Amino acid sequence: MMIRGLILLILAGLSAPVLADSRMDAAPYAYVQLKDPAKERQAKELMATIRCLVCQGQSIADSDAEMAGDMRSLIRERIEKGEKPEAIRAWLVERYGDWVTYAPPTRGSSLVLWGLPLVLLMFGTGLAMSRIRRKAR
Amino acid sequence: MIAEIGLGLLWLAAGLAVLQSVLGGLALKLTHRPDLGGAIKPVAIAQGVLATCAFVVLVYLFMISDMSVKLVADNSHSEKPWLYKFSGSWGNHEGSMLLWVTILALSGGGIALLERRVRRDTLIATLMAQGLIALGFYAFLLFSSNPFARLNPAPSDGNGLNPLLQDPGLALHPPTLYLGYVGMSVAFSFAVGALLTKDVGPAFARAMRPWVLGAWVFLTLGITAGSYWAYYELGWGGWWFWDPVENASLMPWLAATALLHSVTVLATRDALRAWTIMLAVVAFSMSMIGTFLVRSGILTSVHAFAVDPQRGTFILALLLIYIGAALTLFALRVGTVREGATFEPVSREAALVLNNLFLTVILGVVLIGTLYPIVAQAMGQQISIGPPYFNPAAGSVALLLVVAMAAGPLMRWRRDGAGALMRRMALPLALGAVVMGLVRLMAPEISILSWLGLSAAALAAAGSLAPLWGRNLRRTPLFTWGMVVSHLGVAVALAGMATDTAFMKERLVAVSEGEAADVGPYSVRLVMVAPVIGPNWTALEATMEAQRGTSRPFTLKPQARNYSNPPTDTSEAAISTRWDGQLYAVLGKQNADGSWQLRLWWKPWVTLIWLGGGLIALGGVLSLLGRLWRERRGLGEATHA
Amino acid sequence: MRKLLLWVPLMVFALFAGVLLRGLIAPESGTISSKMVGKAVPDFTLPAAIASHPGLSSADLKSGKPVLLNIFASWCLPCATEAPILLELEKQGVEIHAIAIRDKPEDVVAFLRQHGDPYARIGSDVSSQVQISLGSSGVPESFVIDGKGIVRMQHLGDIRAEDVPKILAALKAAE
Repeated sequence: MMIRGLILLILAGLSAPVLADSRMDAAPYAYVQLKDPAKERQAKELMATIRCLVCQGQSIADSDAEMAGDMRSLIRERIEKGEKPEAIRAWLVERYGDWVTYAPPTRGSSLVLWGLPLVLLMFGTGLAMSRIRRKAR
Repeated sequence: MIAEIGLGLLWLAAGLAVLQSVLGGLALKLTHRPDLGGAIKPVAIAQGVLATCAFVVLVYLFMISDMSVKLVADNSHSEKPWLYKFSGSWGNHEGSMLLWVTILALSGGGIALLERRVRRDTLIATLMAQGLIALGFYAFLLFSSNPFARLNPAPSDGNGLNPLLQDPGLALHPPTLYLGYVGMSVAFSFAVGALLTKDVGPAFARAMRPWVLGAWVFLTLGITAGSYWAYYELGWGGWWFWDPVENASLMPWLAATALLHSVTVLATRDALRAWTIMLAVVAFSMSMIGTFLVRSGILTSVHAFAVDPQRGTFILALLLIYIGAALTLFALRVGTVREGATFEPVSREAALVLNNLFLTVILGVVLIGTLYPIVAQAMGQQISIGPPYFNPAAGSVALLLVVAMAAGPLMRWRRDGAGALMRRMALPLALGAVVMGLVRLMAPEISILSWLGLSAAALAAAGSLAPLWGRNLRRTPLFTWGMVVSHLGVAVALAGMATDTAFMKERLVAVSEGEAADVGPYSVRLVMVAPVIGPNWTALEATMEAQRGTSRPFTLKPQARNYSNPPTDTSEAAISTRWDGQLYAVLGKQNADGSWQLRLWWKPWVTLIWLGGGLIALGGVLSLLGRLWRERRGLGEATHA
Repeated sequence: MRKLLLWVPLMVFALFAGVLLRGLIAPESGTISSKMVGKAVPDFTLPAAIASHPGLSSADLKSGKPVLLNIFASWCLPCATEAPILLELEKQGVEIHAIAIRDKPEDVVAFLRQHGDPYARIGSDVSSQVQISLGSSGVPESFVIDGKGIVRMQHLGDIRAEDVPKILAALKAAE
């Protein structure tokens, strides 16, 4: 029911934040960059690939939702402490499953994602080669 | 009364579509009755006229705000500006489907009236296929989405005053894409027609090409406009998200681009016959899958649409019937179509085959990446697929494609020498290598994809201009200009994407009034924040002064808007276009200490992305005009394409 | 062989059509359940949200007795609608702890005064950090946690009257 309500809100209001907002300020690092540009870049790259939980298909890097801000803050704080981006991603996946990352799993059936284009490329190359005239020599 | 006339016209047009299909079928069977085939042309023309009249009636109902018509009452309001009453007639599901079928019927009429290149029986078969496609959409309209349904009692005024939908971009965006989709349906009809009469050859390719070109121009414009809309509306400076709705518009474009090139090979060298037929079927099915994804809402998207699974079912049924039938026909008939001439390994046609191969692989990547979450869900997994998959998977192949694009036009048809090609490619290759080295030295921190993208853009820009080298520019055919401009557009857009990704500067900052913050080469000072009132919204508007060095400052006015009906908060980014990029500012919330949260971006050369898109489309237009000119068929078709 | 190859496009298309049909029957669901069910509650310590109740830490969830952990906020509408149900559960002897998300003390006090107070402890999570570590994606949400601090069940959205037996059964099974 809550979800249905969310969808109706979305339909009515395009890209506006969907949840009722709290009266609190944004989380410390939701809208504050890290001092070290290298670390900020790491954080930014990770945030762009983490899916916002309460939005319609947006990354947390592109969302004004409070929950997205809280997750950005969490990521920046952990990067600041020296944690590796992939460790943070794994930590989030442990909690929310593969849904939370825009990087699809590289195991099991999801390997199809990489395999099929390769097969297509090889199959297509073969097909094209068969059309190329053999050198008559 | 007027609405009933509209409905009557629609029924009549549907009746003519039935007649058109039956006549076509009979004419193909009973070859001793040429009068049957003779009758199909006037029927197709009449169908086009009737559908157009029905659409004009709908537009009229919107213009006079006839609230007794349900569609008008739901989607319009008597106080709307006239432009939005006008565009409101297709800014909804029923109206947009009527527009779809109207364009389709008009193109059928256009083919009947103007097409003289293909064999008579192929033309009849093509018109029959057009009639059948139109019939499906008439059925859709008449049985499940009647645009002329009445409302009793009529409300005093309509509901459709949603201010967010009153945007010139949103008024033009759907018809643009629809023109593209319908153009693909014409190519599809030609392919089916040629398969039925076993007439796959250069004449058929030349007849199909203008439609493919025209459709491709509209698809290009639609995607470019959609990307810019996302860029300014979503407020975070992103221009492509690999969102399902975006992918839905990209897939037909990829297929159409491949088709555009293979149809040239077929027209020039009478080769790739079966493959071109296949691509025409794929391109149309991508158009329908695109419509399906957008309308059914089976994937969540940031681009909001009024979705309805029931309509999705209908579109899926049409997709199954048309594409299933076409592919069955393909399997049965294509054996009789010889693939045609073979190629030399170094030749223009070999390069075009490479182009088709790469485009097909990219299409495969986008298609799998978009639909795989559904498959995963069926297996009990919830997964998301985004940039970390699409960027490397599609991007790496796209880079190869761009290099092939630079080399292709420098090759001769039939046979060319590898050494001669290398001499012609020397300058572009050298330029690409220089950029590659320079970027590596000066900006070692940027991502591999951006680095290669910049190098490939330099190579491709030089390579795309190279065909003009040593030519008399005045006597260069218009379609060669078209190719050059389109290819240059690809290089320009790629340069914009890579530069923005690599060198964009972001600044998130909390400032009080009077304070300044630096972003890239600019210093931005927050002068004040004050409330402003619009027609149906109130907003907080920030006045900012931006200055680069000691040059003249300019003003930016981003807003945080609050619409009352429906209650919605939006942020209106302020975007200032400079000669070398854009300054992008967003006003965020006020903090407890009274300071304001600002988001500032300096996006160097980002405008090249959409400039490139425009160039690609412009090249298509030049090419279309050049082809039509060359074939001395007059310019009549261009206005219908 | 070549004949067969010509049918490949149709077969591939049928496969895609099947995927689209499947998508139509079961559209992408927006509910993201926590993957912490079956795992231990992550370590955390939250300060008290209001003066009258103690704060909450992960140690409080390992008391040997199953508890209901309710994630709520005063600014969330469905939280108010589930309040009477929570009171009913408390009456039946369920120990309910709470985490207040992004909330100010005065707002929580006002919310409890208006809607009733079923909570033993209330931790304050001002930037949703503990909520995220639990894999929770919104308010309200509730977790059944057994005596050893293992998450046994997650309930997404507000608890309705019809959900009560399910919650009670989960609490019983967690003993």
